[in-house]
Amino acid sequence: MTATASAGLAGGTHVSPAEPRPGPDSLVPHHAPPAQRPSRGRPYATGLVTLWLSVVVLLPLAALAVTSTEDGWGGFWSALTAPSALAALRVTVLVSAVVALLNAVMGTLIAWVLVRDDFPGKGLVNVLIDLPFALPTIVASIVLLSLYGPDSPIHVHFNATRYGLVVALAFVTLPFVVRSVQPVLIEADKEVEEAAASLGAGGVTIFRRVILPTLAPAMISGTGLAFARAIGEFGSVVLIGGNIPRHTQVASQYIQQQIEIDQPVNAAVISVALLVIAFATLFLLRIASSRSLRRETAS
Amino acid sequence: MSRATRLTATATALAGAMAMTACAGGGSSDTSTTSSSSGAQATDAAKVSGTISLYGYSVAKTAYDKVIPGFTSGGAGQGVQFQQSYGASGDQSRKVAAGAPADVVSFSVEPDITRLVKAGLVSADWNASATKGIPFGSVVTIVVRKGNPKGIHDWDDLLKPGINVVTPNPFSSGSAKWNLLAPYAVKSDGGTNPAAGLAYLSSLITGHVHVQPGSGREATETFLQGTGDVLLSYEDEAIAAVRAGDPVEYVTPPQTFKIENPVAVVTKAKNPTAAKAFVDYLFTPTAQKLFAEAGFRPVDPTVAAAYAKDFPAPQKLWTIADLGGWASVDKDLFTKDTGKVAVIYDKATK
Amino acid sequence: MKTSRPARWSLRVVALGYLIALLGTPVVLILWRTFEPGLGTFLASVKTPAAISALNLSLLIVAIVVPLNVIFGVVTALALVRGRFRGRGLLQAVVDLPFAVSPVVVGVSLILLWGAGGWFGALDRAGFKVIFGLPGMVLATLFVTLPFVVREVEPVLHEIGTDQEQAAATLGANGWQTFWRITLPALRWGLTYGVVLTVARALGEFGAVIMVSSGFAGVSQTLTLLVHARYVDDQNTYGAYAAATLLMGLAVLTLLLMSVLNRKRRTT
Repeated sequence: MTATASAGLAGGTHVSPAEPRPGPDSLVPHHAPPAQRPSRGRPYATGLVTLWLSVVVLLPLAALAVTSTEDGWGGFWSALTAPSALAALRVTVLVSAVVALLNAVMGTLIAWVLVRDDFPGKGLVNVLIDLPFALPTIVASIVLLSLYGPDSPIHVHFNATRYGLVVALAFVTLPFVVRSVQPVLIEADKEVEEAAASLGAGGVTIFRRVILPTLAPAMISGTGLAFARAIGEFGSVVLIGGNIPRHTQVASQYIQQQIEIDQPVNAAVISVALLVIAFATLFLLRIASSRSLRRETAS
Repeated sequence: MSRATRLTATATALAGAMAMTACAGGGSSDTSTTSSSSGAQATDAAKVSGTISLYGYSVAKTAYDKVIPGFTSGGAGQGVQFQQSYGASGDQSRKVAAGAPADVVSFSVEPDITRLVKAGLVSADWNASATKGIPFGSVVTIVVRKGNPKGIHDWDDLLKPGINVVTPNPFSSGSAKWNLLAPYAVKSDGGTNPAAGLAYLSSLITGHVHVQPGSGREATETFLQGTGDVLLSYEDEAIAAVRAGDPVEYVTPPQTFKIENPVAVVTKAKNPTAAKAFVDYLFTPTAQKLFAEAGFRPVDPTVAAAYAKDFPAPQKLWTIADLGGWASVDKDLFTKDTGKVAVIYDKATK
Repeated sequence: MKTSRPARWSLRVVALGYLIALLGTPVVLILWRTFEPGLGTFLASVKTPAAISALNLSLLIVAIVVPLNVIFGVVTALALVRGRFRGRGLLQAVVDLPFAVSPVVVGVSLILLWGAGGWFGALDRAGFKVIFGLPGMVLATLFVTLPFVVREVEPVLHEIGTDQEQAAATLGANGWQTFWRITLPALRWGLTYGVVLTVARALGEFGAVIMVSSGFAGVSQTLTLLVHARYVDDQNTYGAYAAATLLMGLAVLTLLLMSVLNRKRRTT
């Protein structure tokens, strides 16, 4: 399990942290010095890899980018600022931010309980945390709809509301913060906490002054990854979200709608916007984590 | 060490088993999976098994669930295999125009077939016969919650304050076009007073339509999940929902609109003979009866007469011909950006 | 931190309550709704021709995607770790790209590249169907699963270094022998873990696949598309629950493999 692999969380299936790793490191790829010995066939390998990545990833995205400007920059701008498009982006970012914050709090709490508490069945709970990553998103949608949808046995109806979006996105992003914070908590120096306690600090003070600073980088990284995942999410909101324009329609649903009504350029423009938001999030995370890493090594 | 080996073995076995199951699937029971992906293989698949690929609008599934077994169980279609895809009429048309492998298309509205005519995928004389390529139809109805708590009986009731109307997106769904044409025809007196018709649509869309499901079926799903007071839909879809025991009922307003659902053979059909035979079958009395039993209005006069009690005639049934035909209506009302309904929708989403 | 008993209890209650509301209850409820009419009903629902064909198609896609990802993933990881060439950083970024791309965007991109009106539209017009065919679904799945093997193998390659390989070379082993005897065995756990992740994601992919599938029931529907089609097109809620339960079973299997492998990797 590497540092970079944790970025893999953004995609869907989970890479659970096998060994404890320092939290601040989590988004920084470690660049071990490459081996000195160049072996036969390397140039072919490089060419092959480039070709492979191009066909599978780069060319489709290039076609997307080019299509988005097919009607010129004016067309790009007007597609981006179409009221329903802006509304979809706003809903997406807003709900994702709420979900990310919810994750920051609940994820940390769950991680704390899993590390510092002990109760029967803890092992099972620990494994179940990963379920949202293993579960297909459309199944998540159906599963949540059965409890919070029209047939709800507890008469809670979240379908076609923003609560429904929050529940769906909280479900699929649950593991991010838990799995980022957990290893840091395991590593965290209990002695410092105990010393603080012996000096008369209360639980809240210890949490605020000792634990939180240690956990912050991992929390930020987990929250950011959850946010990046949430803004692109489609499968889990498709049945429970309601797809109501300007209310619960998220960007990915808007994109699908534009394809359905044969407006591929609009779809491409909003896709590009979504990509930019995701990249910006991951980029900021990278900066944040490298900065906190520097701070730590400096101190 | 030994545990490691065992685990590797298990993993390998698992992967192997998966691959084998998959191959078995691809090779025997499911030849169509591969044939649909490549034109070259599909030719011989057609020769041996005779497969018809049908692209239909979402709600038509209810009809074909009855009609296709009717075709394959006897006579011409015996042993013919079907591949069926259902979705929003406009989206299905877009997919076929973009190369989805279809032999027969069954859309909600004529413009979706016209798009394929323009793309060279459907022959220009597809509706030249006496039946005009329309094997079945319906009327626009108003679906309400059981007991009609909001007292909805006619088009004006939809504009009462606070009434939330579910109708799909007219740029992907054919159903949505029919739903809007009905009150438009009524209010504009068959198109003679377009301003009145548009005024009605404008208040309906701006004040009462808050959702835009992709297809007629998705609209039903949205309504059944609890959104809205009113669902505008096909009579057949309303009948299907009532038959399924969903807590809804439907009202056919005194004046409404005749829905005509066209069917055509795709010129590039891999299996043109079977496709043609199937489309011909749709017009036979046997198939017409099956349509009627599924809740769709048959076009055969004898069959229609026999099922008249299931399909009450409204006081006045406007038709697309009254409004000047699809070509002009579609251009005038539904053209993206410039069509009058498109403009209303654009304004409503601002 | 010494937490007081009440504090610890309340934290535990909040954490578990959240998990039960979000995760536990919905999952239990769907299992109950699936199996309440009896195991026979469930089996009948997942043994319809459409369901079997969907399972087969899902597994077929997995069977195509996994070997491709293993081969190209290992080669990519080798190039990224051992290679010294310009643009290596760029390749690193490209490998991570799929994590940041919404599945729907993947679908749209593939349509714009391979569709009849796209850059490679000529292929489509010549009769080779990518979009609305199996190749499109495979490409969509490859896109979303591309990083897993690379990102799991890469750290292991860093860790093992090249000492053993060099030793083997000194002893006269050729490149292939070294790879088969030294490099590959060292990679086995990382590789297996990457494969498990790939399988899970491939089975579960929905957004990207629905955009490029021709949607023929019983032909070009994967399991996830079947769940959606049963729920929306057929209004067959029970069928959707049953298919979802089947997928959930596969997911739990993956989960178990993941946690076993994780323990494995830690001890070896």
